[in-house]
Amino acid sequence: MTQPQRPLSPHLQIYRWELTMALSILHRVTGLLLSVGALFLVFWLLAAAAGPERFAAVHGFVASITGQVLLFAWTLALFFHLGNGIRHLFWDVGYGFSMPAARRSAWFVLMFSVAATLLAWYCGLNWGTGA
Amino acid sequence: MSRLRTPIARARGLGSAKDGTAHFWAQRLTAVALVPLLVWFAASLVSLSGAGYVDFIAWIAIPFNAVALLLLLVALFWHSMLGVQVVIEDYIQLEGAKLTLLVLSRLGHIMLALAAIYAVLRIGLGSQ
Repeated sequence: MTQPQRPLSPHLQIYRWELTMALSILHRVTGLLLSVGALFLVFWLLAAAAGPERFAAVHGFVASITGQVLLFAWTLALFFHLGNGIRHLFWDVGYGFSMPAARRSAWFVLMFSVAATLLAWYCGLNWGTGA
Repeated sequence: MSRLRTPIARARGLGSAKDGTAHFWAQRLTAVALVPLLVWFAASLVSLSGAGYVDFIAWIAIPFNAVALLLLLVALFWHSMLGVQVVIEDYIQLEGAKLTLLVLSRLGHIMLALAAIYAVLRIGLGSQ
């Protein structure tokens, strides 16, 4: 049974874009990307359980350009979702609801995401076991 | 979690998830758990970067790492399952399609979680 097409009130066409709006949808998008990435995490663990040959095959992909780009994107999504998630938890207990506070925490989350990602990758590339 | 719901609320069964409070609480609980677990996981991945098969297996064999990884997997897949549920409920209005996708998501998440837990246990217990 299909639903009758009902008119939708305009939203994207009329509201002025705010940073807080962008972060809200970004939180959802990064969440979905992380869920898809978690699928790969499972494959990685199963490959490790299966033995050295399977693990080497999976690791070959991770080490490739595509793999590294995807991993970078996943870690960026991870740190953003983590930072914005903590921002959400503060809201849940009642802190930071005013627009100025929300905008400030939004900038903080964005900076944290980029900084944490870069820091993690810098450390990983320079100080990992294989380095 | 059902003690968070009154009998009349349970009888009415309103709302798309039918059990909003429990969902909200579980989402926040897993979120709070994921904060330290993910920090640990990120740090571990950094320390493990470039490691070969033997090093990785040895790392998982350490009980603390195995248990933390299991906790991470449970919290992560539970959190993801709840999050995806909300996304489906928001964008799919057709009841049949919505229910199908919700069931698929839930089953998929459970399958992935069990597969991952099995892998960790197999590695961790196997190398003793």
